[in-house]
Amino acid sequence: MTDRPGTTSRRAFMRAGLAASVALPAAVSAARGQGAPDPLITEVQDWARYSGEGVDATPYGLPIRFESDVIRRNVSWLTADTISSINFTPIHQLDGTITPAGCAFERHHSGAIELAKPDYRLMINGLVDRELVFTYEDLERFPRTQGVYFCECAANSGMEWAGAQLNGSQFTHGMIHNMEYVGVSLKTLLAEAGVRPEGKWIFVEGADASSNGRSIPIEKAMDDVMVAFKANGEALRMEHGYPARLVVPGWEGNLWVKWLRRIEVTAGPVESREETSKYTDTLANGISRKWTWVMDAKSVVTAPSPQVGITHGPGPLVITGLAWSGRGAITRVDVSVDGGRNWTTARLAQPGVPKAMTRFYLDHVWDGEEMLLQSRAVDETGYVQPTKNALREIRGENSVYHNNGIQTWWIKKDGSAENVEVS
Amino acid sequence: MSKSRKAAALLIALAAGPVSAQAPAPAEDAPAAVRPLGLGRPALPEEVAAWNMDVSPDGTGLPEGSGDVMTGEEIYLEHCAACHGDFAEGLDNWPSLAGGEGTLDREDPEKTIGSYWPHLSTVWDYVHHSMPFGNARILTPDEVYAITAYLLYSNDLVEEDFVLSKDNFTQVRLPNAQGFIEDDRPQTEYPVFSVEPCMENCKDSVEITMHASVLDVTPGGEDAGAAEDAPAQAGID
Ligand code: HEC
Repeated sequence: MTDRPGTTSRRAFMRAGLAASVALPAAVSAARGQGAPDPLITEVQDWARYSGEGVDATPYGLPIRFESDVIRRNVSWLTADTISSINFTPIHQLDGTITPAGCAFERHHSGAIELAKPDYRLMINGLVDRELVFTYEDLERFPRTQGVYFCECAANSGMEWAGAQLNGSQFTHGMIHNMEYVGVSLKTLLAEAGVRPEGKWIFVEGADASSNGRSIPIEKAMDDVMVAFKANGEALRMEHGYPARLVVPGWEGNLWVKWLRRIEVTAGPVESREETSKYTDTLANGISRKWTWVMDAKSVVTAPSPQVGITHGPGPLVITGLAWSGRGAITRVDVSVDGGRNWTTARLAQPGVPKAMTRFYLDHVWDGEEMLLQSRAVDETGYVQPTKNALREIRGENSVYHNNGIQTWWIKKDGSAENVEVS
Repeated sequence: MSKSRKAAALLIALAAGPVSAQAPAPAEDAPAAVRPLGLGRPALPEEVAAWNMDVSPDGTGLPEGSGDVMTGEEIYLEHCAACHGDFAEGLDNWPSLAGGEGTLDREDPEKTIGSYWPHLSTVWDYVHHSMPFGNARILTPDEVYAITAYLLYSNDLVEEDFVLSKDNFTQVRLPNAQGFIEDDRPQTEYPVFSVEPCMENCKDSVEITMHASVLDVTPGGEDAGAAEDAPAQAGID
């Protein structure tokens, strides 16, 4: 594709707007024209005559049935079974930045467990002055903090390392959610136990059968890590670690231990299975990076995309997506409709929030031609989201985790879309 | 502030503050958030012992005990082989635990205890608290020593008369112990990717080089059946 598809420059946009106000192009007015009166308007509909459901019909509501396709989905060939597996947030159908808990992706190593608040215990042990046990009630008595953070699995987009594989932003980028957490600062809890000077790391562990454990340097533990018990205003969902989970802002999701039951202050890293066999990144020469905790700046056009093609034909088109960085706030997102030859800076719906998702929009006028849609995030450190090839040049093709390369959607003339890679 | 300076500053703050003091009495100038509130209760030694199971590379956390390869094989065949294969070679989509030597710098490396894992402590630790999958924590320390010895044997790292114990544990070195470096993105990537990007005429032409539809492994599509032929190497971890 070498010809240049529709531009989105401010001028082109204004020109299009002008044309519409002067005289609508024939195609547009035909589409707008209505031969016969619309019965949805002229006839009294059932919902305008009969009463609807009373309050209390659904004491805790689910989305209306018309939205029943907005759900987490699993890629069954990825894992041996669903007990140790992952599913994907339907980011292609969501807007704004907050992920509803009910469709926020899940990753379990031994299934989601039902742990009641009265049965909950959190232990702090190791290199502390006082080894302590807290109940859930105790947690609620500590001073609280709040923050919106994205939680991204390090394997998000991992299936795309070797090449375009999965058709849809849900599958390529859906191992992520973004929620507003309330809980207690980990440093507050650690202060209660009194960290000894030899304590340089913590080891955090869950209460489920996998007891997934990870080591975290004490400086991060004392910085912004949180033991959260609320997400999006309500108790954590079972699948997200009810009644308490770790929130490790900006760092890979595997560290966000769910059903958190123990924090051990240690002199060194435990080098558990999840930080040696897994969540390490093998380079072309066979040497692997470890302790790659930070999630680098990344973005994706959530729509249009393979699961949500353009159904309305040429004309005004909202191109939208998400951007995030584990190293700070998103300051800019550029969008290309021609596979990265030319870029237009998109509009951020809100100023970027550190370590949280940012929504971007490009108000485009689609000329009905093919597009190669890309987005490119820039964060407050000045880091610019790289292309997949730029990442491969440094890391080779054997990595699984931390693929934050630029994604391309090929939008065809009929409005359908496909996951591709471009030169 | 650099990572290490920040850590040092924190430690100094902690040493100076009430946090590391033996008595929980707060100092005058301590901010509310770091002043102990007297919440929670002391953990009893039995409780710490019950949960504090993790084993570190230097052997910290290993209980007394020992086990040999042949005993390990028996226990392994009973509790593990159904998923991981009789020789730890892996079955279907279940992980393989042996083999793969020399594959790390090739396409689709095979990562196992023998080819990839840096520390034997990780094997002991993980098997002890997470396996057998779906029925965790049924193994005694002696059984875990024996299974660990068998897994070393399956990886051709010890002879069949080998006995693993707390005493000789840290003498065992796994082949890929030196195969890891600390995250070097701050040196190798951040400077390269932190330059003002091109906005116009950034390349002469753009060609599609790869299509997802070629593999067609996306679930839920018209050709969802094709998912069975999905590339096995593409797993999440
Ligand atoms: C029911 C099937 C099943 C049985 C039985 C089973 N495992 Fe596993 N094993 C798994 C699964 C699934 C995983 C991956 C779990 C995950 O990633 O969360 C795994 C992972 C492992 C790993 C880590 C592999 C890696 O590359 O990181 C080791 C080691 C292991 N098992 C050893 C054992 C041993 C020893 C036994 C017997 C005591 C055992 N397993 C019994 C299913 C099983």
